[in-house]
Amino acid sequence: MSDAVMNEKKALLEVHDLHVSYGAIKALSGVSLKVFEGEIVSVIGSNGAGKSTLMNAIMGMVRREKGEILLGDVKLDSRSFRVVQQGISLSPEGRKVFAPLTVLENLKMGAFPRGNDSKVEEDYEWVFSLFPRLKERISQYAGTLSGGEQQMLAIGRALMSRPKVLLLDEPSLGLAPIIIKDIFKELRRINNEGVTILLVEQNARQALLLSNRGYVIQTGRLVTEGPSEELLANADIKAAYLGGGHAKGKTTQALA
Amino acid sequence: MSGYAEGIIILLCINAIAAMGVSLLTGFTGIFSLGHAAYMALGAYTSAILTVQHGVHFFPAILLGGVVAVALAYFIGVPTLRLMGDYYAIASIGLGEAIRLILENWQSVTRGARGYPGIDPYTSLPIAVGFFVILAIFMFNLINSRFGRACKACRDDYIASSLLGFNTARIRVVSLMISAFYCGVAGALLGGFLSFIQPVMFDMLKSTELTAVVVFGGLGSMSGCILGTAVITLVTELFRPISQYRMLIYGAVLVIIMVLRPEGIMGNRELLSWIKDPFGRRS
Repeated sequence: MSDAVMNEKKALLEVHDLHVSYGAIKALSGVSLKVFEGEIVSVIGSNGAGKSTLMNAIMGMVRREKGEILLGDVKLDSRSFRVVQQGISLSPEGRKVFAPLTVLENLKMGAFPRGNDSKVEEDYEWVFSLFPRLKERISQYAGTLSGGEQQMLAIGRALMSRPKVLLLDEPSLGLAPIIIKDIFKELRRINNEGVTILLVEQNARQALLLSNRGYVIQTGRLVTEGPSEELLANADIKAAYLGGGHAKGKTTQALA
Repeated sequence: MSGYAEGIIILLCINAIAAMGVSLLTGFTGIFSLGHAAYMALGAYTSAILTVQHGVHFFPAILLGGVVAVALAYFIGVPTLRLMGDYYAIASIGLGEAIRLILENWQSVTRGARGYPGIDPYTSLPIAVGFFVILAIFMFNLINSRFGRACKACRDDYIASSLLGFNTARIRVVSLMISAFYCGVAGALLGGFLSFIQPVMFDMLKSTELTAVVVFGGLGSMSGCILGTAVITLVTELFRPISQYRMLIYGAVLVIIMVLRPEGIMGNRELLSWIKDPFGRRS
């Protein structure tokens, strides 16, 4: 997608001038980004840059000090249970599956806001078709799953609310490289099924390889954005986040 | 049945109603409270004042006792339960003491620290058992309802359940309100049983006892808290003849159970699931 086309199109999710503080510490200072329908967008950055805060602010888990977030034409509510009903769901950092519940029960929890929707049954099958491993472990306790399987379950559970935009907070956290590859392959498939994805990642290379566009976040500000191939080729980003590159400038500062 | 045995059963029903209330909040919603005696006190005084001074029939008076407790729970719960963690436990200590002090010093209404005598002994055996049975049926249905499951989800992972679309703040406040209703009704029944209430009956010791019974019976087991109440009430009654050692035995029983079974008598399972499937899964 070229820049010109994107500016004309209406964004599905639009974050505008978002500010978040924890006490005196400013975590996000004026973040604006757009996610278009059908896209995968990644936000990359190092520890403490504000990636998780961005996700939590979109979900209403932390107070948004300033700025607004639009889903289509609708302003996102500040309370998380409403945000979920409006059509956004987050697979949280560290997975947070319900350990004493089985795989199927965890998925049911994801469908909770839908109440007695008759299509829920179909969606279990949909999630199982995306993650066949989960079907094999359907009645196993989530606490006994491997890290990768728990991540699949967390993503599946988030999908059960049938979100318009799926948010993913560090899906690669604590997983072996080969598992990360699997998970990212599945994310591609989920996207092909029509789910728009916004993910934040420390694993910049994997995230950029997967996504259409990327943003770089640094101490609460988005410093660079562009198509993922461009970011992957960018010498400064290579040096700062991808390793192996040799930038002339002083790496991270050069981006700002 | 002798009057004594009748008295024990009435007391058991009253304690079990209060314990069920605390169990919903602590065992199922994961909020610790050290001030639930305040809700009992409010129920007891409301019902006593209404029946003695205003000639209200005891039945609506008991229910109104519960309603007043619910109103207090709402005003305390809305500001404190938005916060996660043990803030409510700390706030509830203050609440318990504040209510007790108000009752002691608001002489014109509560007759102060000397207590409130002359309550019509309306809590007969059928009344106490009737209230217990109806409230127990309601509670057992509640914990298996959509709301009950939502409570457990909030308890198990507050963040995950918020992210899955549960209105966690509301669930916590409603859980506290229902819990307060049970304690308010229990307090009103206690007043009608003893014919006399006194602020000191509803001190922090009473509050901790309520929470202790619930932990003792098993957090997350409604039948456990009733069983726990039965054990504690019976132990204290059986050893009444050696009254000076009573509290010693009470303490010893608590310690022994907590050492041998840290998850409480029932763990987090219900009696029925235990009978059906002794080696089955946790609920």
